[in-house]
Amino acid sequence: MTTSTDLLRVEGVGRDFDVSRPWLNRVLEGAPRQLLHAVDGVSFGVRKGETLALVGESGCGKSTLARLIVGLYAPSRGRILFDGVEISDPAAQADAARVRRRMQMIFQDPFASLNPRWRVRDIVAEPVRVLGLASGAADVAARVAELLRQVGLSPDDGDKYPHEFSGGQRQRISIARALSGRPEFLVCDEPTSALDVSVQAQILNLMSDLQARLGLTYLFISHNLAVVSHVADRIGVMYLGRLVEIADAQELFARPRHPYTRMLLDAVPDLEMSGRQRTPVAGEVPNPLSPPTGCTFHPRCPHANERCKAEKPELVWRGETASACHAVEESRI
Amino acid sequence: MTTAVLEVRDLRVEFPTRRGTLVAVDGISFSIAPGEVLGVVGESGAGKSLTGNAVIGLLEPPGRIAAGEILLEGERIDQLRGEALRRIRGRRIGAIFQDPLTSLNPLYTVGQQLVETIRTHLGTDAAKARVRALALLTEVGIPAPEARFDHYPHQFSGGMRQRVVIALALCAEPRLIIADEPTTALDVSIQSQIIQLLKRLAREHGTAVMLITHDMGVIAETADRVAVMYAGRIAEIGPVRGVIRAARHPYTAGLMGSIPKLGAGAGKHRERLVQIEGAMPRLNAVPAGCAFHPRCGKCFERCRTERPVPRPVGANLTACWLYDDEHRPAAR
Repeated sequence: MTTSTDLLRVEGVGRDFDVSRPWLNRVLEGAPRQLLHAVDGVSFGVRKGETLALVGESGCGKSTLARLIVGLYAPSRGRILFDGVEISDPAAQADAARVRRRMQMIFQDPFASLNPRWRVRDIVAEPVRVLGLASGAADVAARVAELLRQVGLSPDDGDKYPHEFSGGQRQRISIARALSGRPEFLVCDEPTSALDVSVQAQILNLMSDLQARLGLTYLFISHNLAVVSHVADRIGVMYLGRLVEIADAQELFARPRHPYTRMLLDAVPDLEMSGRQRTPVAGEVPNPLSPPTGCTFHPRCPHANERCKAEKPELVWRGETASACHAVEESRI
Repeated sequence: MTTAVLEVRDLRVEFPTRRGTLVAVDGISFSIAPGEVLGVVGESGAGKSLTGNAVIGLLEPPGRIAAGEILLEGERIDQLRGEALRRIRGRRIGAIFQDPLTSLNPLYTVGQQLVETIRTHLGTDAAKARVRALALLTEVGIPAPEARFDHYPHQFSGGMRQRVVIALALCAEPRLIIADEPTTALDVSIQSQIIQLLKRLAREHGTAVMLITHDMGVIAETADRVAVMYAGRIAEIGPVRGVIRAARHPYTAGLMGSIPKLGAGAGKHRERLVQIEGAMPRLNAVPAGCAFHPRCGKCFERCRTERPVPRPVGANLTACWLYDDEHRPAAR
């Protein structure tokens, strides 16, 4: 449900990528233009101070959505509003730029997202300088030292280069850089996927400490349901570019509604080894270039009927949870 | 007890460099029985993949086996070279690697690759090899194998490719399969399919499987026993239930606590994850005594100077001085 307290609102956002063959091939071979709907009609809101997690398998559009929100891509359809200001409108970029500085992004790969030729203090100081948050070398240095301490590094680490750090420490540097612009909203795209579990625990704990201390709002993107269940207040599940279910985290794990959510939860390896009976997972994610008709999950769904094959289900809200499934809507499951 | 398919005794893998010798695998011993799945788990740099590579003879120079023995069905294989090694690889030891796209030749169809492998190892004629290849594709769960036989690797999805790689590893009915992160590149729903497949094949063929992974969840679902590696050494080894539910070694306990549990206290009721401070030591700076001691909350004097050997604690073998009755400090 999108309410007025939402810090970020995404309304019917879609993004297509043109993956057609080159022009000459199209002319000679008569190949048609081909569009990949990476994100299709997604709507949700992120409330101030919460962590909303988006989960899904590869190719479900979760990273594209993250990039749409921070403005690395422009949406093909729909609107994105941050604190009531539309940031997806190309005509109003001045307004957008003013609110955009209140959001930052943390990327998955801490080896690729830091400039190897820059010292850590320059990496962390760049947003401070660009956004004019401190004036004078001494102020900037003090701010950088404070940021490095905040993420559990030593201010002396500022003199080093990224290659001198381990993966977990690099991710701390990324977090320090993201925080240096004093953002309210952080988009975290798989921030711990490249890390070992013990290091992942350090980063997740750090992120939750920072959220409590600085009152941050997180949009947390991950394929790992266990991580998501640990960090999220609410969870959205994506499949082939669409949001299929969104619910309170505890509710989602206790009573998953959409058949895809049920399947995902069932597929996670069980550490408790309770010997629970698994429903065997059937099939694979279809090719997004030629998605199935109707509900895109119907070929893998045990509850699919004729309506599912023909008609695309919309996201229907019931109280605090929503799912896009005909079977749930008709109370068949 | 039947002979173990694989027995590794005091294996030591070294990398001589200009600045001294790095010991990547440091005196580890374990064995795998027929039909058993041994999980080898550890974080990056723990030496788990190198152990697997040492067994198949795929150590990249200058890496070398400096000490210890590797026995395949009672026969030493660690000193084999060239042709003798090649006859064992593929024939008696199969391998499955993380990335199915790099373990398949993109220029040959899946069928050609299977037939070639079968003919090399079993010496059958082309027609028989084709029949066996189709049977293998069916066994690993590839739909319409007749049609897929003539497809190239790029025409398969990631999960299907990994199935083809498993079929290739099974070509010569090996006694041992080394699976190095076989599901890491796959999505969670495909991962569970591949895990089920590996388990079934080990059971039905009596193949021993060494499953190398960083994912405790995969181990919990697949393995019979598990070895936890840290800085090139085995910290703890034992039945999966014993290690996961009742970890004795402080590293294993910390590792288990650091894994987020599904649905456990989601949202507002979440608990903090157990945090092991610091990181695994680099190979050129492995601490004296127990390699884990600088990060261990229960460390005492002896841990700093003397290296613990794995000793029986409950059902596990644990390399930790805490469980040595004679020398344990009085107040714990």
